[in-house]
Amino acid sequence: MEKIIVEVMPKPEILDPQGRAIQGVFNRDGHELVLGVRQGKRFEISVNGPITDELLDEIEELAANVLSNPIIETYAIYADEGDGE
Amino acid sequence: MVDTVSNAANTPELMQPWQKLGLKEDEYLKIKEILGRRPTAAELAMYSVMWSEHCSYKSSKVHLRQFGEKQPDSDVLLVGIGENAGVVDIGDNWAVTFKVESHNHPSFIEPYQGAATGIGGIVRDILAMGARPIAVMDSLRFGSSDATDTARVLNGVVSGIGGYGNSLGLPNIGGETVFHPSYAGNPLVNALCVGVMKHDQILTSGAEEVGDLVLLYGAATGGDGIGGVSVLASEVFDETASTARPSVQVGDPFMEKLLIEATLEMARANLIEAIQDLGGAGLSCATSEMASNGTGGMRIQLDSVPLRDNTLSLEEILMSESQERMCAIIAPDNLNQVLEICEKWDLNATVIGEVTDSNSLEIYWHNELIVDVPPRTVAHEGPVYQRPIQRPAEQDNLINNSTSSLKKPVNGDEIKSDLLKLISHPNLVDKGWITEQYDRYVRGDTVLAAPDDAGMIRVDRKTGKGIAVSLDGNGRYCKLDPYLGAQLNLAEAYRNVAMSGARPIAITNCLNFGSPEDPGVMWQFAEAVTGLADAALEFDIPVTGGNVSFYNQTGDVAILPTPVVGVLGVLDEVGKRINRVYSTSGSKVYLLGETKPELDGSIWAEIVHNHLGGRPPAIDFAAEKILARCMRNFSAYRIAEATHDLSDGGLLVALAEMVYDSGIGMRIDLPDELQTSEMLFSESSARAVVVVSEFGDNAFLQLCQELAQPFSYIGEIDERIDGLLVTDLFAISQVEILSCFSSPLTT
Amino acid sequence: MTTRVGVITFPGTLDDRDAATAIALGGGEAVPLWHKDKDLNGVDAIVLPGGFSYGDYLRAGALASVSPIMDAVVDSAKEGMPVLGICNGFQMLCETGLLPGALTRNENLNFICRPELITITNTKTSWTNFFQPNTELLIPIKNGEGCYQISDEGLKNLEAKGLVVARYNNNPNGSKNDIAAICNEAGNVVGIMPHPEHAVDGLVGAGVDGLGFFWSIAGVTV
Repeated sequence: MEKIIVEVMPKPEILDPQGRAIQGVFNRDGHELVLGVRQGKRFEISVNGPITDELLDEIEELAANVLSNPIIETYAIYADEGDGE
Repeated sequence: MVDTVSNAANTPELMQPWQKLGLKEDEYLKIKEILGRRPTAAELAMYSVMWSEHCSYKSSKVHLRQFGEKQPDSDVLLVGIGENAGVVDIGDNWAVTFKVESHNHPSFIEPYQGAATGIGGIVRDILAMGARPIAVMDSLRFGSSDATDTARVLNGVVSGIGGYGNSLGLPNIGGETVFHPSYAGNPLVNALCVGVMKHDQILTSGAEEVGDLVLLYGAATGGDGIGGVSVLASEVFDETASTARPSVQVGDPFMEKLLIEATLEMARANLIEAIQDLGGAGLSCATSEMASNGTGGMRIQLDSVPLRDNTLSLEEILMSESQERMCAIIAPDNLNQVLEICEKWDLNATVIGEVTDSNSLEIYWHNELIVDVPPRTVAHEGPVYQRPIQRPAEQDNLINNSTSSLKKPVNGDEIKSDLLKLISHPNLVDKGWITEQYDRYVRGDTVLAAPDDAGMIRVDRKTGKGIAVSLDGNGRYCKLDPYLGAQLNLAEAYRNVAMSGARPIAITNCLNFGSPEDPGVMWQFAEAVTGLADAALEFDIPVTGGNVSFYNQTGDVAILPTPVVGVLGVLDEVGKRINRVYSTSGSKVYLLGETKPELDGSIWAEIVHNHLGGRPPAIDFAAEKILARCMRNFSAYRIAEATHDLSDGGLLVALAEMVYDSGIGMRIDLPDELQTSEMLFSESSARAVVVVSEFGDNAFLQLCQELAQPFSYIGEIDERIDGLLVTDLFAISQVEILSCFSSPLTT
Repeated sequence: MTTRVGVITFPGTLDDRDAATAIALGGGEAVPLWHKDKDLNGVDAIVLPGGFSYGDYLRAGALASVSPIMDAVVDSAKEGMPVLGICNGFQMLCETGLLPGALTRNENLNFICRPELITITNTKTSWTNFFQPNTELLIPIKNGEGCYQISDEGLKNLEAKGLVVARYNNNPNGSKNDIAAICNEAGNVVGIMPHPEHAVDGLVGAGVDGLGFFWSIAGVTV
């Protein structure tokens, strides 16, 4: 079974409260070198059949409109190169 | 390069993008006249945003003055219109502040964050008065429940209100949710917050003492909400500046919670001289208002503002509407203590300037003077418009198209069928799907919450003193007659508060209208404001503040004119509160008030016939006041077992709601004159249903007689009856009632 | 001697005030503790109250569970000090490993706030010893991440050892085996998703069914 990976991140200019709070705890606990944390989401989408350009386009459509909120998030999409069969 | 004040003086002919910033030519010339030179880029940015409709109320000001001019003599008003929120005295040294604000447009663009930051903003307004925020409410309006986009906006808004409010630990105690096609592209998200404090804890925004420090604390500043101001950075002064500016603001309720606790810890230790939240127009607004309300002078080092995004231009820093920031004026001796408190709550705090006696707001950027303006001219002396007003030509047709020609149900089956339509409609069904997503219990003082007629919070655990709040709007009535409609809105909120047993003492409002540039809309606005101000005088309670939201329209089509009115009441012992749930079989059911055949503008006409026309119900201030007085006595003497006001849908809907909430049957024997559909679905004002146990009956009758309160006996609570039985007309079983009220909100 | 019960406030904690009220109504003395404290000020028991510590960011309870005071809480709990984690506090107890399993998003994905019926299934813990077995209680839930999850093996272990303290009568959030509350093997550490502190005063909460938890810890003395 093939997999397509979609990663969704808050846009760089958008405040990421979660990342900020995590960074704050790291700094409090003495990890002074941590300058920033941003938190995103990773989706692993299993697909039936080989990963073609058409299929990637189809999933990209979903990534752009469903998995991410284009107003506040960006996404990256790529074929999983992990466990080949 | 930086556009300094001296540069501006030396380059008087430089073309400036005032149009792109939304300024009119005469406004730009006025700025030049005030300054005696062209404004710097930073000054231009400040004036443009502070003189915008949103910040300056330039179209509404001439009308809003009536709230001050027609103010009834009131001994409860501690802080009136003009500060972040009005403050009223509720006795025993307690002061209460409450206010509603709209966040309509952002909630359409990104419903979750739009609604969330709406809650954030109103909570900071309340905090800026020195008050502990204790509850929130919301008044929501969406497009038709079956329109394609409604579910997106509704789900997002409800999650956003819950996500933000729940994380702050503020109980949500009620509100309203209404669907109508006119709100499809312009949902209304009006959020109310209530706060309490002792009298000597009230804070205001005036920076009064020369040498005091200006402290900015909370979130770092990012490029949020700077919209049009980016043209200054991108097109004129710095070609390389980032144009990636967020189109929506993301709220951080966790940061806001820290801000609340830190601010109150500082305030209760008397470490704050003055305070202002950063909302619309950000630092521009906070610095100019605090200076203008105080000595008139302030010096700011803008480069000391902590940034989240280092690509921001100085103009953008001045304009940024980044959330969760506060600005406080601190005496130098108190600074260390204040910084310790901020440190305790993990908040960044930075001194960005000081109070001066220069009568000027001077802002420096790396030691270069970039703003040098009289703060009053920015904050308080913006343009004032006398917009053209024209009663719409179609208004007469609207009024003449009454419900008299509509087909009315004539027999019991038909009446029942219409009632079922009403109570299955999204505007009248149980809103539990929404309110269950809000925390109502936190802080342990919530006495009443949705679906009760008013929300109620205990303020003093020793004495049991508490407050009740209701928030109501009715676009249908206001469309037909904005003057009367606004008064009926106020009457309903007043009545809802009274139903709980509380004494109404103050009014706030949020006025949602279309474009002020449309003379017809402006007529609606002027009429509504006049109606409200006149009604406040009649009820003899002051308007303590308000908010205006214009431009709620898509193309030429405006929303129904929708003033939303909040009324605050006081109850000395919350243990004596009344709600609409009864429990005793055998108790008597009374209808208080006079019913007239008033169906124009009713929800019956809307739901059954998709009709809006005619004249709204008449208003009778004296009758409303007597009814409220009755309710206070019913509460004080514990005479009433349950009360419920009559509004949308009239008598039958109110009875069905009571049966639904109580789960015990009711037998209704109507007097002949009430047995027609015109009377049963009538929305005549100043009415309520009251359930009285046999022990209270004599006292009830005596009180009604003494106060000259009209009433009719209409039936009894009867556990042997399944649901609602209306003798000679129809019966609805508990299961039927349940299934109707449980109908979905959206399709 | 009045039982002194520490109530820890983390940044974003919301129900600390309610927990303190409930402790007092139950006959105990509430002692406020701050998450940056290093010691427990000699208290006899601990309540980790509900709320959104650290905004529920990362995972609910995760960032609070590494707060400075938590070392002392974990050590004391292992030595037998009674600890009650309510809602967000339950999530913290799972994050620290004092209790097994985890709380995840509700099945319907929404935050839910309403009274729910639960049944007490273990009356031997420090926090439920004033209840009769199988008592039904009406207690408000209010959570977005209240769905209790645990491995099949872990679940078997909980059931076999009788460590389920309360179950929902009508499972509102998809929790395995309708679990609303669990305890450790010693019975001193209890995590509960519903909020007993919101059911101690009928005027401002959902009845008074939650009082038993606080009587259990304070004892009832005259």
